[in-house]
Amino acid sequence: MADTHVVDAEHAHSPHLRHHFDDMHQQFDSDTFGMWVFLLTEIMFFGGMFGAYTVYRSMYPEAFAATSNFMNPAFGAANTAVLIVSSLTMALAVRASHLGQQKLLQWMLVFTMIFGLAFLVIKGFEYHEHWVDMKVPLFPGHWSWTGPEAPPQFAHEAQILFCFYFFMTGFHALHMLVGLGIMTTLLVMARKGTFTPAYYAPVEVSGLYWHFVDIVWIFLFPLLYLIGHTKKLI
Amino acid sequence: MHPVTPVRTYVLIWLTLTILTFVTFYVSTINLGALNIVVALGIAFTKMMLVIWFFMHVRTDNPLTKLFVFAGFFWMAILLTMTLGDYFSRTWMPLGKFW
Repeated sequence: MADTHVVDAEHAHSPHLRHHFDDMHQQFDSDTFGMWVFLLTEIMFFGGMFGAYTVYRSMYPEAFAATSNFMNPAFGAANTAVLIVSSLTMALAVRASHLGQQKLLQWMLVFTMIFGLAFLVIKGFEYHEHWVDMKVPLFPGHWSWTGPEAPPQFAHEAQILFCFYFFMTGFHALHMLVGLGIMTTLLVMARKGTFTPAYYAPVEVSGLYWHFVDIVWIFLFPLLYLIGHTKKLI
Repeated sequence: MHPVTPVRTYVLIWLTLTILTFVTFYVSTINLGALNIVVALGIAFTKMMLVIWFFMHVRTDNPLTKLFVFAGFFWMAILLTMTLGDYFSRTWMPLGKFW
């Protein structure tokens, strides 16, 4: 702690210090705290959907399990792995900005964006598969529930799960897009040399956002893809 | 500000998260009955805690931030218990076998 205070004293006049804060240390704590308050509202946003999912799944457990068989867990698992790698590169980007390693910071931001994009591309293939399979409810002509794996008594409930699927993964993908926008902004700022060991809070709080979006997916993966238990995985 | 976390720690956390992803993937092929959901959510919860504690630096955050992170969990618990409490204690809808 003693060391960090020496650094703070040196940068007490930092151009990034807003006048209502005592020092960079206090400003950093306020920045991360503010981001957590925002993330709490995000927990409420996604929490509502998870809550509704829980209610409907407890009402129609067999129907949800049967419908889950129409989702491709290989895609889901690949996307989970991709997102976890992007979280690692994001954490390393924050670390690099903290240590003033400018080149490493830029590279880690680029890698984070590449993995984020890879996630969205895989998601796009998956949505395309559902479109071709006619598993898109609410879209006239793109829903069909036939075949040996589609028990006719679940025709109604299957559409409920697919609605949950598209709303939850859709809002998650929207958050990924916003995250990619944030990463682009960070990269531009990093290339201008904005971030220093005394001022890296924007990278830190963007990291919090990115990791949060990762956590949402960590729950979406088992709840949407892995409740079938009867099919082959790949 | 946070102390600098060694790269080694981040890589180890990433490795653990990846292994847990494979575990949850393969365990889902085994039918454990009522335990299916317990195992799946248990692994997801563990992964979330690792991300929050290490990647999101809550480990070294001040008590106020820690309290707010906890408040997030607490709110989620209120939402789920009260909503499910309502659905299970009234005869609003026909309920299937739980899970």
